Amino acid sequence: MSSYGKIIRKKDLSILQKTYIPEILKGLRITIRQMFRPTFTSQFPEERFKPDSSFRGRPVLVVENGVERCVACGLCARVCPALAIEVQAAETELEKERYPLKFEINMVRCIFCGFCEEVCPEEAIVMSDEYLLVFSSQEEALFGKEKLLKSTEDLKERLEFLRSHR
Amino acid sequence: MDLISILILLAKILIIMFGVLVLGAAMAVLAERRVSGFIQERLGPNRVGPCGILQPFADVAKLMMKEDIVPSKANRFIHDLAPIISISVALSTFAIIPFGNTIELFGRQIKLIIADVDIGILYLLALTSIGVYGVSLAGWSSNNKYSLLGGLRSSAQLISYELSMGLSLIGVIMICGTLRLDQIVLHQTEYFWGVIPKWNIFLQPLGFITFLIASFAETNRLPFDLPEAEPELVGGYHTEYTGMKFGLFFLAEYANVITSSAVTVTLFLGGWHLPFIEHLGLSPLVLSLLQILTFLTKVILLVLFFIIVRWTIPRFRYDQLMRIGWKVMLPIAIVNFLITGIVMLFLL
Ligand code: SF4
Ligand code: SF4
Repeated sequence: MSSYGKIIRKKDLSILQKTYIPEILKGLRITIRQMFRPTFTSQFPEERFKPDSSFRGRPVLVVENGVERCVACGLCARVCPALAIEVQAAETELEKERYPLKFEINMVRCIFCGFCEEVCPEEAIVMSDEYLLVFSSQEEALFGKEKLLKSTEDLKERLEFLRSHR
Repeated sequence: MDLISILILLAKILIIMFGVLVLGAAMAVLAERRVSGFIQERLGPNRVGPCGILQPFADVAKLMMKEDIVPSKANRFIHDLAPIISISVALSTFAIIPFGNTIELFGRQIKLIIADVDIGILYLLALTSIGVYGVSLAGWSSNNKYSLLGGLRSSAQLISYELSMGLSLIGVIMICGTLRLDQIVLHQTEYFWGVIPKWNIFLQPLGFITFLIASFAETNRLPFDLPEAEPELVGGYHTEYTGMKFGLFFLAEYANVITSSAVTVTLFLGGWHLPFIEHLGLSPLVLSLLQILTFLTKVILLVLFFIIVRWTIPRFRYDQLMRIGWKVMLPIAIVNFLITGIVMLFLL
């Protein structure tokens, strides 16, 4: 019981404490002091919140030297608990031999779990720091390759974070 | 009564109705939201208009456009009537509050009080008791167990607090020897030994505390907001209300807070009296305006006090509330009025 501190029974209180008034005054002092402390609110549309590198924003495909890293193995699509990813593979002359002909994430389904990022063998899909997602129709929410590609420079912080937390 | 005095009366009613109560209640809602924000280290509504001034009006516009849902098997007539009772009682109590001394305008003496009635305090007590009908009828007519419980609680609360409220006022009535509120304020404009203003709070500290606590219960504000206790009763008596009917209850609550503050200021805090101002030799018009300003400032401070208390202390349990009402407040009020009587009999 020690973690709860001393148990105070009603009969142990002095008459002054039983009137509640000194305690209420103490409480009022706290709330009034609280009123003049700085607030934590950020004025959203004008002031944007910059997430930490550990933040899981929308998943994006990493582009290195002008080509996406993805080899279209389909593991991310397999692991995605929300069945949000669709990959279609095709062959390429490049060293990686395969590339995604079509890569589509349905952002209405995505739950930002980060499993795709964790499972990817090529570190080709990572969670970005973008959290402003607005769509007015189902079709708009289908993010194709053109919306998903993002260069390594833009994703530096996240990639470093992932390396340091291997 | 000639035409001009009727016009003056109408002007006073309009100014009080819209200026003080409707605008005031709207501003009190805003103040509540912003003050609670600051207490919780956030900003509160600050988008609509400068500093969020227009937020209450936006809210009212929103509430007006909402669908009015009446539960099936509810008593439609009474369901509609209840918010009307609440708001009209809240608004009409203000009629007897003197918000300034007589003012001289265009060669006319205008008393700054809407209804200069002889029974002053009695009118006030009577009206505040009617106010509970709004709440309990709302609870009863909604065909909802939570609303009903809220309504019942409100009536039980009223019975336990009305008594000590009335008794705590007897002290003031005995000292001033009148029921008229303007006379009571005039009585408070004197001084003890020329320094301390003779406000009733100094003569009747016990009475002041009991009256203040009772007015918290009367306005259904925390720590006595049992009729609408959210955790156990959803929303209490207004659970089944939507749209502007709900808005009326909401406005009535704040109008009640303003009225209670005004009553407390009038009875205990010297009303429009600003100490020592009369020695400065100001022109009567400036003096009257200053007095109105004083009254407003006092009321605003007290409203802020009501608001801050709400965000400070938790709600009483129902049995605690009853115990405080009957076993603590009532004896204190009786003792207070006995002491006042004895002191007046033997020492004055
Ligand atoms: S993003 Fe990674 S896991 Fe998904 S298909 Fe491409 S390489 Fe495989
Ligand atoms: S973050 Fe989770 S839900 Fe979203 S695409 Fe990746 S695996 Fe699917």
